[in-house]
Amino acid sequence: MIRPLLRRLALAASLAAVSTVALSTVAVAAGPLSYDLTPTRVGPDTYVFVGSTEHFTRANGGNILNAGFIVTSDGVIVIQTGPSRRYGEEMRAAIRRVTDKPIRKVFISNLHPDYFLGAQAFADVPIAALPGTIAGIQEEGHGIADNMYRLVGDWMRGTEVVIPTEPVFGSTVVFGDHRLRLIPLNGHTAADLALLDETTGILFTGGVVFCDRTPTTPHADVAAWLKELDALDALDDVRLVVPNHGHIRPDKACVGQTRDWLIWLDGTLRAAVEAGLDMTDALELPIPDRFAGLDVLRAEYRRSVAHLWPKIERESLPRVH
Amino acid sequence: MTGLWTNGAIAARGAVVGLALSAGAALAAPPDPANPPDPLGSVMWEALRDQYFAGAPVQFDDRVKVRAPLDAEDTRAVPIAVDATALDQVVEVAAIADLNPFPLVLRYHPMGAAPYIATRIKIQQATAVHGAARTADGVWHVSGVMVDAAGGGCSAPPLSYATKDWADHVGEVQARVWRTDEGKAARLRLRIRHPNDTGLVPGIPAYFVESLSVRARLDGGVSGPELARIDSLEPVSEDPVFLLDLRPPPGTTALILRGRDNQGGEISATVPLPALIPAPDLSRSVGQ
Repeated sequence: MIRPLLRRLALAASLAAVSTVALSTVAVAAGPLSYDLTPTRVGPDTYVFVGSTEHFTRANGGNILNAGFIVTSDGVIVIQTGPSRRYGEEMRAAIRRVTDKPIRKVFISNLHPDYFLGAQAFADVPIAALPGTIAGIQEEGHGIADNMYRLVGDWMRGTEVVIPTEPVFGSTVVFGDHRLRLIPLNGHTAADLALLDETTGILFTGGVVFCDRTPTTPHADVAAWLKELDALDALDDVRLVVPNHGHIRPDKACVGQTRDWLIWLDGTLRAAVEAGLDMTDALELPIPDRFAGLDVLRAEYRRSVAHLWPKIERESLPRVH
Repeated sequence: MTGLWTNGAIAARGAVVGLALSAGAALAAPPDPANPPDPLGSVMWEALRDQYFAGAPVQFDDRVKVRAPLDAEDTRAVPIAVDATALDQVVEVAAIADLNPFPLVLRYHPMGAAPYIATRIKIQQATAVHGAARTADGVWHVSGVMVDAAGGGCSAPPLSYATKDWADHVGEVQARVWRTDEGKAARLRLRIRHPNDTGLVPGIPAYFVESLSVRARLDGGVSGPELARIDSLEPVSEDPVFLLDLRPPPGTTALILRGRDNQGGEISATVPLPALIPAPDLSRSVGQ
C-alpha cells in the first residue's frame, strides 16, 4: 500500500511530500503518544489542563497535574509545565490555539516531576521558581527524571532537566491587566509556590492542596504544611481554587480535605510507632471511610508510610546507653 | 495506580520466567521433589539456595510470612518482616533479597524469642525477597514476595556522610521495649546510628554492623540467658532498625545489647524493661 503511494509521490517529484508521508506512516506504526491536551476555561483569561487523579502510569503518560495559563494583555503566563518534554510541547501548541500572544513567563511551583519536566518546551522564555525549588531541581532533578522514565516510559522520550532561570520571592507582580500575588509556601516540599491572580480571584495552589486525590508526601514536612494550609484558608477574595491535583472548586473545601488527611496520616503513624507496631504492618492499617473518595488512596498512603515513618521513629525512640 | 503498573510488570516478568522454566524443563530432568522450584520464579533462587542452605532440605511453606511493600518507595530503606511464628521449633530465620549484590540480608537466631524479625533493607533493583525459617529437624521453610524498585539502593552512598559529625555518633543506640502477652513477651525496637555502608561506592570500604546479641539482665544485676542474636549484613539499611519479639525469663529487669561492626566498632546498650502497660488497640483506626 505504502510503496505504490510513495512511488507515485516520487514520480510527482515532490520530495517534501515524500518525507511528510513517510514520517506520518512511521508515527502511525509506532503508535503516536499524545496527551490530547485541551484547555478548560475556568475564568476570565484563565485556562487549566485538567490532569487525571491517578498515579503516574504508562497509560496516562504522567498527565496527573492541573497545569494552566493566564492570557494577559502583556502575554501569556504559564503555570507548571507538565511531566515531560512532549507534554510541554503539546501544552505550548494548545496555548497557541487559544491566543497568538507570546509566552511572557513560566512559573514552576515545586521540584516534583509533573511540575517542571515539560520546561524544555519553554526554554526561550524566563522560567521562574522559588530559590528552594531551583536548588531542589539542581540537586534531585536528574534522579526524579530517571524515575519518571521508569514509571511512564516512552512518554518521556527526549525529556531533559531544565533548571529554572529566574528566582522569585513573595511579591505581587503585574502582567498587563493581571496582578499576580506570588505566595511562597513550604511543607509539601521545601519550597512550594502558590499564585493568586488578584484580578480574577483564581488561586493556583502549587503543591499544597489536593482535591479528591490523596496528597503526596515524598518531601513533606507535615507540621509546616498544616501551617501553610491555614495561611491559604486565611486568604480573602479567592473565587476559585485550582489544586495541583484533583477537582477545581469555587470554595476552599479541599484545603480542609488536605488538612484532614494530613492530620489523620501523621497522627495514625505516630500512634502506630508509639504502640510498637512494625512498619510493614502499618502499610495495612485501616483508613477511615471518610477518605474513600480520595483517588489512589491505599497506594499513596503506603508511599507516605515510607516517607514519614523512619523520621517519626528516629524522633520518638529514646536514646539508651 | 502504581500498584496496577507494578502488578503488570510482575505478571510480565513471571510470564517470561515461566517460559524460561518450561523451556528448561523440556530439556532437563523432571522436577526434583527435593529441590522444588521457587514459586516466585526468581532466576537466582537455585544458586542462592545452594549457597546459603548448603544442601539442607528446603520446602516452600506459606506458614512463613514475608511482608514487604509491592513497590519500594525508598530503595535505601525498604521495610521487610519475616514471621515464622506459625511454625514450631524454629532455630534460625534468614532473609534474602535475591537480586541484590549481597543477597543475604541477615540470619536471626531466636533462642529466647519468637521467630519473627522486622527491619529495613536496601534494594538494588526489583527482586524477590525470600524469608526462610529452619526448624529443629533441619528443614528450611521458605516463602517470599516480589518487591519492585527503581534501583540504586545498595550503591548509593549513605546519607550520613553528608553530615560533618556522623563519625561522632556511630554506634549510638535508640531503643524501647513494649511488654506484650501479659508481660511474658517483650517487643524490642532498636535503632543504631551507623552508615552501614555496603562498600560499593568506590573508595569507601564496607562498614556495617555485623553482629548483635540481646541478653536478659536478671534481678540483682545477674546476667541472664542470651535471648537472640542477629548476624546482620550489607543490605540492612543505614542506621539499622530491628524489631524483635523476645521472651525474657521471669525476673528480667533489662535487656543488654552487645554488638560489633566489621571494623571492630563496639555497640553496647542497656534497655530497661518498662512496667506492664496494656498496648493500645490498633485494630481500630486512629481518629475514626
